[in-house]
Amino acid sequence: MIRVQSEDFDIGAEIEALRKGRSDIGAIVSFTGTVREGDGPDALESMTLEHYPGMTEKELARIEAEAHERWPLQASLIVHRYGTLKPGDNIVLVVTASSHRHAAFEAASFLMDYLKSSAPFWKQEKGKQGPRWVASRDSDDAAKARWDKPTAQPKAKPKISAVE
Amino acid sequence: MRLLYFAWVREKAGLSSEEVELPADVTTVAELMAWQKTRGQEFASAFERAEVIRAAVDQAHAKPETEIAGASEIAFFPPVTGG
Repeated sequence: MIRVQSEDFDIGAEIEALRKGRSDIGAIVSFTGTVREGDGPDALESMTLEHYPGMTEKELARIEAEAHERWPLQASLIVHRYGTLKPGDNIVLVVTASSHRHAAFEAASFLMDYLKSSAPFWKQEKGKQGPRWVASRDSDDAAKARWDKPTAQPKAKPKISAVE
Repeated sequence: MRLLYFAWVREKAGLSSEEVELPADVTTVAELMAWQKTRGQEFASAFERAEVIRAAVDQAHAKPETEIAGASEIAFFPPVTGG
């Protein structure tokens, strides 16, 4: 399930709703992204998240569907906020539920890496030095790339060693 | 065709959306970006660093070579920074 909203979310209530009435789940992983204040001249007063209504929902649903294709998940949730947030506020919540922990951990990490490099959100920070659009980071693309499926390569011929 | 702009592309272009009639020889995302640069000072500034601007055709990520024929909505924006 995915949700895009300006309102805050309650992590405990979201997890409870996801698992309610189910006894087939063995592992639940959640990740919460929050507004970091920073310090010195870069300290934040607020952060405004802009997004592309329509495309945002499609991208999040696409990313979630891909996670379900790759891992045996019993449930998942992505909640992403937009609008003006203060330091310490929640930005994003990802919850994954599976029979076993590895799938839940990996899928949650995958969802965040994909979301950061493809969901159409843009952060603008406001501090003492005025508003500033946050620049994308190469490390986010690298984090996404680690989930790329390896391209099929021809099998190398076994080496034959003449002398044992 | 409906064009949408987000974040600093929107700020520099000075508008968030518009309806346009494209010249017949504009058939790809890259050609559309090149055309945008010719539309006055604001657009020239917004699309000055066209290589860093991303596009979506009908709400799906697109590449410079993506064909735009038949599209109803094309958006331009900086690399995304959510999460």
